[in-house]
Amino acid sequence: MPVPLALPSAEEEGRQPMHERSRAGAGRVTGPRTLLDKLWSAHEILRSPDGASLLWVDRHFVHEGSHHAFAKLAARAARVAEPDLTFGVVDHYAPTRPGLVRPEITRMIETLRSNAAAHGLRLFDLTAPDQGIVHVIGPEQGLTLPGLLVMCGDSHTSTHGAFGALAFGIGATEVAHVLATQTIWQRRPAAMRLTVEGTLGPGVTAKDLALAWISRLGAGAARGHAIEYAGSAVRGLSMEGRMTLCNLSIEGGARFGMVAPDETTFAFLDGRASAPRGADWHRAVDAWSSLRTDAGARFEREVSLDAAEIAPTVTWGTSPEQAVPVDALVPDPAVLGPEKADAAAGALAYMGLSAGRPIAGTPVDQVFIGSCTNGRIEDLRAAASVLAGRRARVPGLVSPGSMQVKRQAEEEGLARIFTEAGLDWAGSGCSMCVGMNGDLVAPGQRCASSTNRNFRGRQGPGARTHLMSPAMVAAAAVAGEITDVRPLLARDRGAL
Amino acid sequence: MAGWTRHTGEVALLAQDNLDTDQLLPARFMSTPRSEGYGDRLLYDVRRDESGALLPGFPLNRQPNASILVAGRNFGSGSSREAAVYALVDSGIRVVIAASFGDIFAANAVNNGLLPATVAEGLAPLGAAGSLTVDLQTCEISAGALRVRFTLDEGQRTKLINGWDDIDLTQHHQDEITAFRTARRQSAPWAWPAAG
Ligand code: SF4
Repeated sequence: MPVPLALPSAEEEGRQPMHERSRAGAGRVTGPRTLLDKLWSAHEILRSPDGASLLWVDRHFVHEGSHHAFAKLAARAARVAEPDLTFGVVDHYAPTRPGLVRPEITRMIETLRSNAAAHGLRLFDLTAPDQGIVHVIGPEQGLTLPGLLVMCGDSHTSTHGAFGALAFGIGATEVAHVLATQTIWQRRPAAMRLTVEGTLGPGVTAKDLALAWISRLGAGAARGHAIEYAGSAVRGLSMEGRMTLCNLSIEGGARFGMVAPDETTFAFLDGRASAPRGADWHRAVDAWSSLRTDAGARFEREVSLDAAEIAPTVTWGTSPEQAVPVDALVPDPAVLGPEKADAAAGALAYMGLSAGRPIAGTPVDQVFIGSCTNGRIEDLRAAASVLAGRRARVPGLVSPGSMQVKRQAEEEGLARIFTEAGLDWAGSGCSMCVGMNGDLVAPGQRCASSTNRNFRGRQGPGARTHLMSPAMVAAAAVAGEITDVRPLLARDRGAL
Repeated sequence: MAGWTRHTGEVALLAQDNLDTDQLLPARFMSTPRSEGYGDRLLYDVRRDESGALLPGFPLNRQPNASILVAGRNFGSGSSREAAVYALVDSGIRVVIAASFGDIFAANAVNNGLLPATVAEGLAPLGAAGSLTVDLQTCEISAGALRVRFTLDEGQRTKLINGWDDIDLTQHHQDEITAFRTARRQSAPWAWPAAG
């Protein structure tokens, strides 16, 4: 088990300690193996003298932003090597509301269409019933499976690791390489295990867990590592929760996040459109059942967290590491230490916040629920359970992660709860997570958002983003300010 | 992409941590074809006021000819957008020296001939140096008597020096790739999607 080691800075800030152990040069492939070892060796075609592995790619997703990679392919008159393993998705620029579409958006979508057609790729097009955000529809379609290597030119590709897949984001040159060869050069990352034991409290979600560890360790803390999430609290998460957790790995610096597949994983995948069937399914489940870290396998780094210590968590700054429990104060940059003080002061100025004041009670101008982090059915259910029978005091947008999630939410009556609360119920896409489709937060406006990045200008120039869970966003909508969702849930339970 | 081993140029200091790719290149510029150039878009919202005018005090605006940037930790974190690297390269930047880099950014940089040089400590004198020489053979940054070592993944260093194209290299291994594919189809037939 990890050796308890309190981080002094966390202690000083009055937060809960986290336990950490590191070890240089921990065991590699001999003896007991980690999940990472198993996934890596199953895909390694060869290793170069400088230590980089050439890996086989099982699934490659491209989106509108992949235009640079297709242009590189065209420049060398190359073809897509494996069209049957390559899938196009319209998500980043997808318009989510009726109205005039800017010509540049139409051009981006048209470019993807013509590239997909030219190379014979299946396209999840704007008007298709199974369209959605790439990291939502891959799993939803059963295209993402345990043991696969999944690639996409998008940093949140780590989401697919929730299924026990090896999944990581790449840039345009690497996308072109995968298109042309169905392989990728990659150096094996160091293995890190983040173990969370115990039970998350009511109103505390995978999002809070992720923001909690990132705020304690730092936004670059897991650079060069692949994180395996383990422990009873992780086992207890639904696939949606595990996807949220793996999705946010990159916000802590890790390109890879993963959870070993188990019954929860298999139950989620069974019967999905592109999942194996019949004898193939049983053979696959047998193979997938061995995809777990062997007892005694060594990790280069081990971190542990107690689930019971995690509260609903909210960002106050412009990096995901700048987050606090909702009942805490906005920190004084001076107490964060000389390394972080300047950044914190700059972030507070950008966010229009004062140090030393409670983060709760900060008025918000609008809310957004959606994205590949928190746009799945369970997320919409959590938000709707807070909004049911209540009115939002501020305007807001709800964009389901896929058209399938949208239909399901409409069938379950969630869409009505959102619209009756006064929020806009939109189509599916990346939407206000990144604003490429025109769903922007105006300069100076403050948005409670279920997304993944609170970077300056991420939701639009000058936009002020507070990241939090979908239930917390719903609570902010109801209160018109950042507020702890737990009393709202308690009142609901009392009324039953 | 052309290889290189040594570069001397003017230094600009951006004394900030977590300069993420959304700041390096805002999302609204990502639909631009590369042929139009990304240089004007580098750090667009950081170096300009609301009207789009360049802020005279911003380091890169004071030193439009800088080819070496010195920055804080976690440079290029966030999105995988390679366009953040295009913006730097198209502005004439050849080297970024920082305490640490986002993993995806570093890979993208090397794929475009841009050196992500990690210097864990002692960045301040480099930022103040005016002009620096960076040597990929010796992994050394120098200005007069000042000498500082930088770190870089060995594979990335070789790639920068040689200017290799990965696709050409990989295609030399086509036989191994084909054999691997055949074996995988046998051992994991479910890795090919069921006709949905
Ligand atoms: S929802 Fe946001 S983070 Fe996710 S893929 Fe789209 S733009 Fe990227």
